Amino acid sequence: MIEIDAVTKVYGTQTVVDAVSMTVPSGTIAVIVGTSGSGKTTLMRTINRLVEPTSGAVRIDGEDNRALPAYELRRRIGYAIQGHGLFPHRTVAQNIATVPGLLGWDQKRIANRVDELLDLFQLDPAAFRERMPHELSGGQQQRIGVARALAAEPNILLMDEPYGALDPIIRAKAQEDLLAIQARFGTTIVLVTHDMEEAIRLGHRIAVMDAGKLLQYSKPADIIAKPATPFVKELIGAPERPFRLLSLVRVADLAEPGEAAGAPLDAGLSARDAYAELLWSGREAAPVARDGAIVGRVRLQGLAKQAARPS
Amino acid sequence: MAQGISTAATGGRVALDKLGVILAVLVAAGAFLLPFATFRANRIVLGEPRSLLEALAPAEAWALLALVVAGGGVALLRMPIRVKLAASVGVLCALLVAVGRAGTFLTPEGNTFARVSPGSGFWLLLFAFALMMADALSRLALSPGKRLAGLAVAAAILGAILVSGLWNDLSILKEYANRSGAFWREAGTHVLLAFGSLALATASGVPIGIALTRAPGLRGPVLNVLNIVQTIPSIALFGLLIAPMAWIAANVPGASAIGIAGIGAAPALVALYAYSLLPVVSNTVVGLDGVPRQTVDAATGMGMTDRQRLAQVELPLAFPVILTGIRIVLVQNIGLATIAALIGGGGLGVFVFQGIGQTAMDLVLLGAVPTVVLAVAAAIVLDALVEMSERPGVREAHA
Repeated sequence: MIEIDAVTKVYGTQTVVDAVSMTVPSGTIAVIVGTSGSGKTTLMRTINRLVEPTSGAVRIDGEDNRALPAYELRRRIGYAIQGHGLFPHRTVAQNIATVPGLLGWDQKRIANRVDELLDLFQLDPAAFRERMPHELSGGQQQRIGVARALAAEPNILLMDEPYGALDPIIRAKAQEDLLAIQARFGTTIVLVTHDMEEAIRLGHRIAVMDAGKLLQYSKPADIIAKPATPFVKELIGAPERPFRLLSLVRVADLAEPGEAAGAPLDAGLSARDAYAELLWSGREAAPVARDGAIVGRVRLQGLAKQAARPS
Repeated sequence: MAQGISTAATGGRVALDKLGVILAVLVAAGAFLLPFATFRANRIVLGEPRSLLEALAPAEAWALLALVVAGGGVALLRMPIRVKLAASVGVLCALLVAVGRAGTFLTPEGNTFARVSPGSGFWLLLFAFALMMADALSRLALSPGKRLAGLAVAAAILGAILVSGLWNDLSILKEYANRSGAFWREAGTHVLLAFGSLALATASGVPIGIALTRAPGLRGPVLNVLNIVQTIPSIALFGLLIAPMAWIAANVPGASAIGIAGIGAAPALVALYAYSLLPVVSNTVVGLDGVPRQTVDAATGMGMTDRQRLAQVELPLAFPVILTGIRIVLVQNIGLATIAALIGGGGLGVFVFQGIGQTAMDLVLLGAVPTVVLAVAAAIVLDALVEMSERPGVREAHA
């Protein structure tokens, strides 16, 4: 659990972070959204003390993060940034081994961990271990960047615009991978982005920041349904709201008994994608399939009801 | 441009190489207008010019003339770079052999006072074909390893010529023969001055550069002071150091025991060190500044201490730039160390200033030629090392 308690950061006369308090429960993803200059990155950097707050405190599992020397604290917290920040003079394996090396793991354990992580990110260890970062594609570099952040099995992972430099298709895949890894290891993740779409897709909770202030910190559905300020509403994009709501739900959750014609929809599909598919194929309803077996159907009408403003 | 020039004659018209036109003019002047060698009855009288055809036995003279003219032709026309390289290297070797043969040919049997030295025509031919070779080499864009191998071959050829005694009748080697002991002693001092000041400058300049990146407020003042030092003329700096060094020698216990004095090697070393500091410090600062911000941020964010980040990330990435500074210093100091002789610091400059005093140009050459060879060799070796230390992908990461 990460508790940010009335954190303020002042540079000269400018208050970059203004008395922000928020709590990130263990094993959840909190996404901090805001425009550039909103203080979102500065706020995140107070967690691993890359920024020391002017006032306020950050507690990790109840302990003040100033209890340890900063470098020891940082070795326990994964850190991945936009443009990956890989060391250009080190191989992929050496990059991933950075924090385990700092922690003094023995060589065999490090080598095993490197291979395990490369496997996890679907990169063949034998082929990638000895490559240099500049020999990789942007998506591969990004995956190595996250693998490096996870190398020492941290409970907490901080990510600063990790997918900012990726094209939309690779970004969607990277986001999918992150959700899978988070579900598997139960890592507590704080991720900073300017992209509300990404925030809704990844976040269990979303924190909206503007001009150093935390405007709203709630579950995605609440942010969409009840934006606290006009700014939050604008950030979500009013015309997008129904579709953003739909994107939070899976078809499986909406399936009802009954039959329908045409190609079945996968149960894991988001309600938004299912809605688009029904509109496109001109159908009123479609069967829902899980692992190839039909488990029910979804109707256009039922999906539309989901998109309406919650009462 | 390289491609266009390297393609042979096109469309029936003979195509000329732009640089080749200049080279051909130089070659023509060197071969036909200027003396190939100079003959003097003794080492300080005025020389008598000897043209290429007069300086060698007829058969050798005509063979060399034919080679030089052919080489000039290759330079003039557009030809494959490798042909140009082979032609220039061939003619250069022939010139080096011929100048030694001229010494033997022109020296009267048993006369130990006569002096034969290379004439302006020889130097111009050497310059023209060296330029042709350098141009061909740079267009071939050889790998650092191959360049080092080329340097080793050139050194071996030079060594073989010297050992064979081919040049023993040339004035410069006669000067050497008279003072070979002093030559090696002063050459040793020269190398010690150049490398010693470089070692001191590296050992202190890199830490100073690191400190300046950590304390940006100091950067302006310190770099300004070092810049001002660079603008002091070398002779003036050597002179300026006499008083403070003499004071240290007189007042600091043990200082004179380790060789510190107002004149001599100590002030020379200090002056060279002062000149060396700016390139080393500023290149360290520039190199560290050039490390991508994200890379530094990632290193800190993952829990490297300041020292670990410096040793494992920043210095390795800044290394090629720092090494470039060291290259500048070394080449500069090999040349500057010549001035040390003025204040009794020794080095190859001793022969230069003695030669000037005695109007014995051969003695000047005995000091100057090895200095130039040393500087060129140092430049080639360090350029190759700089290139080898640059890592692919590091530069792109700056973007």
